[in-house]
Amino acid sequence: MTGALAVGFALATLAAAPFLPAAAIRALGGVFLAAPLVVLAGERRAAGFAAAALVAAAAGRWLPLRVLRRSTWLLPSLVLLVFVTTGLMYRAPGSPFRGERVAAPQVEAALRAQYGVPESALAFFGAYIERLLADGSLGPSLKVQGRSVGELLAPAIPVSLGLGLLALALAVAVGLALGTAAALRPRSAVDHAAMGAALLGISLPNFVIGAALMVLFALQLGWLPVAGFAGPRHLVLPALTLAAPYAAYVARLVRAGLLEVLQQDFVRTARAKGLSERAVVLDHALRGALLPVVAFLGPAAAGILTGSFVVETMFAVPGMGQWFVKGAVNRDYSLVLGTALVYAVLVATLNLASDLLTAWLDPRVRDER
Amino acid sequence: MSGGGPWSEAFARLRRDRAALFGAALLAAIAALCALVPWLLGLDPHATEPVLRHQPPSASHWFGTDALGRDLLARVLVGGRTSLLVGIAATAVSVGIGTLYGALAGFYGGRLDELLMRIVDFLYGVPYMFLVILIMLLFEDTRRGDPLPVFLALGLVQWLTMARIVRAQVLSLREREFVLAARVAGASDARILWRHLLPNALGPVVVYATLTVPAVILLESFLSFLGLGVALSWGELVAEGVSVLNPIRSYWWLLAFPSGFLAATLLALNFLGDGLRDALDPRSLP
Repeated sequence: MTGALAVGFALATLAAAPFLPAAAIRALGGVFLAAPLVVLAGERRAAGFAAAALVAAAAGRWLPLRVLRRSTWLLPSLVLLVFVTTGLMYRAPGSPFRGERVAAPQVEAALRAQYGVPESALAFFGAYIERLLADGSLGPSLKVQGRSVGELLAPAIPVSLGLGLLALALAVAVGLALGTAAALRPRSAVDHAAMGAALLGISLPNFVIGAALMVLFALQLGWLPVAGFAGPRHLVLPALTLAAPYAAYVARLVRAGLLEVLQQDFVRTARAKGLSERAVVLDHALRGALLPVVAFLGPAAAGILTGSFVVETMFAVPGMGQWFVKGAVNRDYSLVLGTALVYAVLVATLNLASDLLTAWLDPRVRDER
Repeated sequence: MSGGGPWSEAFARLRRDRAALFGAALLAAIAALCALVPWLLGLDPHATEPVLRHQPPSASHWFGTDALGRDLLARVLVGGRTSLLVGIAATAVSVGIGTLYGALAGFYGGRLDELLMRIVDFLYGVPYMFLVILIMLLFEDTRRGDPLPVFLALGLVQWLTMARIVRAQVLSLREREFVLAARVAGASDARILWRHLLPNALGPVVVYATLTVPAVILLESFLSFLGLGVALSWGELVAEGVSVLNPIRSYWWLLAFPSGFLAATLLALNFLGDGLRDALDPRSLP
């Protein structure tokens, strides 16, 4: 029953969202933003509800409408994510309890009962949602014995998130520098060099860049560790590898944005009142040119987090990517669902941050009623 | 440059773009090499010679051999066929879905447009690598290494930007007089879309499709890297090259040749795509 209700709720919300008036969007978006607090609170139900109510009211009142409109997608899309992922996992050949050795049907039935994995995908989906809502638990891993999905992911989340944020920061910093340098003197040698580097960054596959960095800095020069994970030094090469294509993309966005903004009237005014070129670019023009970059941060964060599958595999970084791939290959339904959920929540959070930043920079979005 | 319509003008602009011409030539050369040379020389990418394991490049094996003594030249060229084919086929799938979806949203507009574009917004946020891996799992037992599931999986996650581009084009075109004229003449919606709107939206579609091909090849190589892609593609060969990286013995050719071909192809496609964009959309020139 829970499963059917959840899917019905998700589809109904998604279908209704475009037709709702602004006030309803505000209420719904606020509630959805706050809802995860109830699940996270676990045992302390009352405290969770109180905190969620406060957050919902505050968000609905003060957040920009565009952000709230996007939040109305939050819970429904998570429900549908779990639904579709469950379906795909069940459709894939094999099952978590059918390995090399053929188990007797009774043994398989007993295992299914013990781990709470019914034969039907719908029943599993319902049970999964129920458990998630009731105790905020991602369930036991089906293949890693005696460990829960939460225990497996808890140490991996900070690693993946740290790697992703470091790469994102690198991408923005390098991209801003390259793009600004290129836009200040269009068609100069600097411009061509920067855009050439950007084209390389977009064209070369991540793992080719990673391999080149590994050969150069780890094997030839010996400055940095080859792979593995034992401290921040181990994150440098993976983060550089992960950041390269996004730095290239940011550089292109900044260059195009700056070239456009630099031709506008307010820039001429700033120049005319005698400001230095440096002040004109850094204080006036760059702010306008940043908008597309900030809007790109959300998708970039999503791309970087999922791109980390390859980079984590390559550099043997113990992040979440390995668990998704392992879970998918071993048909560990709970592990795959748990990883997908955590990724989706992280991506949604980063998208939210990017939206808020856009609203802060762009008054047209901020004051939309 | 008189008359001839927008396409021949664009072609004239493209011919003056050295980077784009270089990209086109490089691409043609690589495609011809991959298509013809293995057949011409009778190269077999699967023939093993256990005596000749991990041979560096030599006169008889120009690119050296791999861990099973297979000729790397044959493997790189035949792998190139796979990678190029994946790029083209998956792009075709994504163009098909994206064009139809975007045209419907732009043509009918209003709430349908709102709903369809919200779905696209939402899908942008979904980490597509998940979907691709999950779709690939469906075919794991029966068709491991078969290219068809890869085409579908990659095409199914790559149509979002195409849909946005086509929608924006159709949205601005459908208010023009020639559409009204067609409507007055009694043309059906389908005819207006197919004969009047889509041909005019072709430019951006061509440009974006050219830029989708390298993106798809790149995605496929990620999949191969994780062991989920098509059998014998550049991605798989690069993954093999990376897996033998070690501080003691260098098998550089296993990494250098597949990476070189993959990178050159992607660069050529990006050069060509950027050139096409400048040629078909003069406004975007700085």
